[in-house]
Amino acid sequence: MAENQNTVCFRTMHLDARVRHTLESYRSVGGYRQWERILREKPDPDQLINEVKTSALRGRGGAGFPTGLKWSFMPRSKPDQKYIVCNSDEGEPGTCKDRDIMRYNPHQLIEGMAIAGYCIGATIGYNYIRGEFYEPIARFDEALEEAYAAGLLGKELLGSSIDFDLYTHLGAGAYICGEETALLESLEGKKGQPRFKPPFPAQAGLYGKPTTINNTESLASVPVILEKGGQWFLEQGRPNNGGPKLFSVTGHVARPDNFEIPLGTPFRDLLEMAGGVSGGRALKAVIPGGSSVPVVPGDVMLTTDMDYDSITKAGSMLGSGAVIVIAEGTCMVKVLANLAHFYAHESCGQCTPCREGTGWLARVLDRMLAGQGRTQDLDLLDNVAGRIGGRTICALGDAAAMPVQSFLKHYRFEFEYLVEHGRPLVEAA
Amino acid sequence: MSFRNTPLAVIQDVDKETLLTPELRAEIDKHVAKYPPEWKQSAVMPALTLVQDHNGGWLSRELMDQVAAYLDMPETAVYEVATFYAMYDLEPVGRHKVCVCNSISCMLGGAEELMHHIEKKHNVAPGGTTADGKLTFKEFECLGACRHAPVVMVDKAYHECVTPDAIDKIIDDLD
Amino acid sequence: MSDDKITLEIDGRLCTAVPGEMIIAVADREGIAIPRFCYHEKLSIAANCRMCLVEAEQGGRPFPKPVPACATPVNDGMKVLTRSKKALDAQRGTMEFLLINHPLDCPICDQGGECELQDVSMGYGEDVSRFSERKRVVKDEDLGPLIATEMTRCIHCTRCVRFGAEIAGLRELGATGRGEDMRIGTFVERTVAHELSGNIIDLCPVGALTSKPYRFTARAWELTSEESIAPHDSVGSNLRLHIRGSQVMRVHPRDNEAVNECWISDRDRFSYEGLSSPERLTEPLLKRNGQWQTVDWQEALHAALEALQAPGPDQLGCLISPTATLEEQYLLQRLVRTLGSDHIDTRLRQQDFRGDAADPTFPWLGLPIAELEQQQGVLLIGSDLRQEQPLLAHRLRMAALDGATIALLNPYALALNHASLQLVAAPPALASELRALSQVLGKPVQGATVEISDRHRQIATALQAAGKAGQGLVLLGALAEADPDYSLIRALAAALAETAECRLGFLAAAANSIGSRLAGSLPHRLPGGAAPKRPGLDAQAMLTDPRQGYLLWGLEPDRDFADPSLAMAALRSAKQVVACSHFKSAALDEVADVLLPISAFAETAGTFVNAEGRWQRFQGAVAPAGDARPGWKVLRVLGTMLEFDGFGQNNAREVHDEVAHACSGLAPDNRLSDARALTAITERSAPSAGALTRIGNLPIYASDALVRHAPALQRTPLAESLAVYLHPQQAADLGLTEGDQVRLIQGAGSHSGSGSVGDNAAAKEARAPVVLDDRIALGCTRIPAGVDGSEALGPIIGPVRIEKIGA
Ligand SMILES: Cc1cc2nc3c(=O)[nH]c(=O)nc-3n(C[C@H](O)[C@H](O)[C@H](O)COP(=O)(O)O)c2cc1C
Ligand code: SF4
Ligand code: FES
Repeated sequence: MAENQNTVCFRTMHLDARVRHTLESYRSVGGYRQWERILREKPDPDQLINEVKTSALRGRGGAGFPTGLKWSFMPRSKPDQKYIVCNSDEGEPGTCKDRDIMRYNPHQLIEGMAIAGYCIGATIGYNYIRGEFYEPIARFDEALEEAYAAGLLGKELLGSSIDFDLYTHLGAGAYICGEETALLESLEGKKGQPRFKPPFPAQAGLYGKPTTINNTESLASVPVILEKGGQWFLEQGRPNNGGPKLFSVTGHVARPDNFEIPLGTPFRDLLEMAGGVSGGRALKAVIPGGSSVPVVPGDVMLTTDMDYDSITKAGSMLGSGAVIVIAEGTCMVKVLANLAHFYAHESCGQCTPCREGTGWLARVLDRMLAGQGRTQDLDLLDNVAGRIGGRTICALGDAAAMPVQSFLKHYRFEFEYLVEHGRPLVEAA
Repeated sequence: MSFRNTPLAVIQDVDKETLLTPELRAEIDKHVAKYPPEWKQSAVMPALTLVQDHNGGWLSRELMDQVAAYLDMPETAVYEVATFYAMYDLEPVGRHKVCVCNSISCMLGGAEELMHHIEKKHNVAPGGTTADGKLTFKEFECLGACRHAPVVMVDKAYHECVTPDAIDKIIDDLD
Repeated sequence: MSDDKITLEIDGRLCTAVPGEMIIAVADREGIAIPRFCYHEKLSIAANCRMCLVEAEQGGRPFPKPVPACATPVNDGMKVLTRSKKALDAQRGTMEFLLINHPLDCPICDQGGECELQDVSMGYGEDVSRFSERKRVVKDEDLGPLIATEMTRCIHCTRCVRFGAEIAGLRELGATGRGEDMRIGTFVERTVAHELSGNIIDLCPVGALTSKPYRFTARAWELTSEESIAPHDSVGSNLRLHIRGSQVMRVHPRDNEAVNECWISDRDRFSYEGLSSPERLTEPLLKRNGQWQTVDWQEALHAALEALQAPGPDQLGCLISPTATLEEQYLLQRLVRTLGSDHIDTRLRQQDFRGDAADPTFPWLGLPIAELEQQQGVLLIGSDLRQEQPLLAHRLRMAALDGATIALLNPYALALNHASLQLVAAPPALASELRALSQVLGKPVQGATVEISDRHRQIATALQAAGKAGQGLVLLGALAEADPDYSLIRALAAALAETAECRLGFLAAAANSIGSRLAGSLPHRLPGGAAPKRPGLDAQAMLTDPRQGYLLWGLEPDRDFADPSLAMAALRSAKQVVACSHFKSAALDEVADVLLPISAFAETAGTFVNAEGRWQRFQGAVAPAGDARPGWKVLRVLGTMLEFDGFGQNNAREVHDEVAHACSGLAPDNRLSDARALTAITERSAPSAGALTRIGNLPIYASDALVRHAPALQRTPLAESLAVYLHPQQAADLGLTEGDQVRLIQGAGSHSGSGSVGDNAAAKEARAPVVLDDRIALGCTRIPAGVDGSEALGPIIGPVRIEKIGA
């Protein structure tokens, strides 16, 4: 299995840690050849988009939308300025992969953004990086400087008529700015409040112009797709689930880390790579795609493979690929309360159900943990969550609702015990 | 009427040369250059960040107003931004900010214990500043470095897999 | 168009719509009620309250989730269910969320009984609250004298915030913080200072933003409602007066897309407070041996008749507020003319009447108000538009946001909330600036011009381009009308408009300025616009050449004239002054001999003709204050007592009908009969050395007696007080700095343009502080008119000398 690791976004990982992020290192693994080829040959963008479609690359930011298809929505023939925006806001609890792409292999992201820009007709790109990422930001900015100096970014590149300018834009601490339209608002110098869709960004995005937004990992995958072919990428994974993907395995595992492995790898193998459940405990539950997705009981996970479709079948979602492992002996009410507080804190506040409902959920859970729970609270939680999910402008409402409903479904007895006894069934978190 | 997305630009009737400092203006201008000319306001977040760093880690109303004037924005729009994002502080802060991640992976990794430790040892509640003005202690939502739980951001540096002992040492080493 | 129509089904009803329309707009048209809080047809779509969730399906495929009707565009064949189980459940869910943190204090809430939240919640209100946590409490902010806040009640619909950004063009209110901590407010406790600010009271669906003057004075269900028309600017905003007993408790807008849409200015909203001012004149008074005595109407009317007849026809002058109703103006001119005088005028703030002979019969805005929004190029000459006509300023702002070029030529630059091209020049140079614009277009006009700048070129070419497209307009405002060279400026404006193929328009200053033209209450106009055999004296001439007797109507002589000192001097010298007034004042006390209390706004039936020539009738809604009588009735009685013909009307309607009859066939038309010749009028010379030109603009809350007596408006930041606004450079030249107290000297007498000041026996003096303001042209100083202290001054536009006190 090891030879299947780190073949795309992490393909510089084996190089000297002190220099693996440099232009030179990146070039040594074949970096920028695709971008230079495009600048020389000016291939038909549709041909490139088709390659990405063939690869079955699905958005790595959480929604899993096919990247090639998304690009094909851009009205390329319109004379408007168009933009490519990279979503490096990485704020979904459990997710820490984009940070490492920028720290270890920033040039590949730059090349991916340049290629994406070419495909959709954008001559300007912004990489929206969360403000707390001081080190990755510095790395990325250094790489940008190198790329500009090498004539890979800027105007009339390599003597072609092609322009591509790339800038970083920094967030300042708001999870919601990972939502693509909130991100655009934030880029426009406003608070990050998601926009209602339609219009979709491909029609009216940044500054009202056609815009494509992709996750860091999605974009960083593109140069390799073009180099090795969409078919190759697809074959790394499973049909409709092309390629390898980064999994951030965290929580109760012995060696938490990011693993770039083929989609479709059994969860059991991934758990093993992360050193198994820490402290020799049994596996209780897994949140397989970042904090927003439904929790899956450990035994179900152990028979599930790590790809979009398999995890959907297991009743959850692959999301951003953040695998949060929860060991036996953990109080699930406490875990849920933690998640509920996160969403209450990060709600942008515009939609009534999300603004009012997330805080309500968190307070009810706090009250239960304080031994003041009531029998009707269980139904109340479930019902309030149901009144948030699907009724808000952005998916944060769903993200806040899904954990509640799934925790209640799988671990109802813990909630009941808590209400009945005024103390949790399992004391530890 | 339908959706609107036009810049909020207002004419701020001040001499820009009197605002902030020449160095800050130069830094802000670098950001302004990244965006279309009519969208100067896109630079409001980097501008606030720069100004906050320059002002010992927090933003006063006067400074926010100056940023508004410099970017031709309505002041209210700047307040909206400054109050929305967690990295801006609108009250004076300690010399250092110690931000402990409290989200799920870090919680599973022991963040709670770490926070109690800081609270007790330095007699400061989350959001507060120690009596000696050395540090402001903040809870932060997921810092995006979950594989190193628990994570603590001290000023501009991440510290990974932080134990109570480790945080003592980190804080001791701060001036 | 009809090909573009699509059909859809809402609650089983077949509806037609235009593609792209939102479900809620179609439903509203069909009368299908969908609950909503954030949606407002004049504001951008926020879709944040989630109250309007409905079920929908397209092509037989149901949408997976309920959709917001306010933000979901319709499609052909769409099916929408607004009251299905799913839709109702979604709406109920939102309702519950809105109520968990909303104080259920309806009994003590000012919005109680007319609260959108209360109304909607009634429809769902079976739920016993399942929320047992602590409710949110929000600290209030003081937004100033007009708007009261109770922010704990806010449901975060952001209508008020969007109003600020989109309509007012001033983003004072914002939504700071996030999530549950999101707060609507200014964040820094700032007084909301905008001439349209009160509209957020109407927009707020709950009791978070309410009217401060109205607060706690009445409950919604105690009020009856009467329709009316606003009595200040020439928009003629449609109003709804809310009345308890015989008191107007508050004023709301009444929707009229063509006139005021759904907005009104703060002046129109809060001036009703003046109706119950302790300064109201409530009983007839006679001055006997210098002492005022209360008398009954009979005695007062006899005294008035005597006073009016005593001076003899040519010695009687009649000066009327242009806010008087059409009926009042008509009967007034009839009375005065039957008495043998044509000395009658409402143009109290005009100084230059040389162009009267060329006057159009029925001048107007030049186009319907709503069409202002479609203009592509507008030049506004001599107008502080936001102060003069707040809602017309709003229309032009909409045009500007749509890409129109809005150019201005003024003695001071305006603070506008949209892009504009401004030319700033002292009054004596306005004509030269206009000539420069004509010259750019290759049609020079005789006379001096200024050096042509890029700005002149930009403006002239933009006007021409707009004119070619049929969407160009040249407008003259109140500052132009007050100018000693108004005739010339008007002629040059007309010439420029013609050259640029633009329309010419007049921003009639007051609610019924246009009505005067039709009622015949001008020295050179009879009812219906015909000219009398020989015109009488105009408002200025009646004062420079004082009469022995005056009839004053609805005005304050020390505030409402172009030259208050001159007016007061003339009135002092008269033998007989009869004043029909709404208010008492020291000035009237001094000069009048007979004071007759007349009904104010809301207390009488009448008609106003607005800027676009729209006749708008209204009924009296409350009883007149004290013993006051409706003006038209007072006049009818006077006419009858004199046994004059034509005073037999039984009601205001009959008076109206007579004017209407006289005006039949008359259409608005701005053509000047001899424009070209007028461009050759000689300019009145610039002030002599050592003097500046005063620009006596009329601050928004000093425009007429009613506003001046409305206390809340007077406490807002827009209410100006007497001060001397100077360009810093000008101040430096005069050795003045901010805050210095100065003495202001304006000469009386010669208004034919000698330009000399100060060395005249009748020189007047006032004191005021200096305020530096770099928007003011060099060579002039802005010193507001109509405010306390301004009565000691001379012409609103004319020479003034400034001396530092103590220097
Ligand atoms: C509340 C919320 C938070 C999100 N946060 C992130 C994020 O941090 N990073 C990210 O790439 N996508 C995030 N997304 C998903 C984005 O909206 C968007 O789908 C994604 O950036 C598209 O890129 P992709 O197609 O390449 O995945 C978030 C979505 C929601 C609703
Ligand atoms: S769902 Fe929540 S986070 Fe998303 S737009 Fe609505 S209020 Fe904001
Ligand atoms: S009215 Fe549609 S969401 Fe508020």
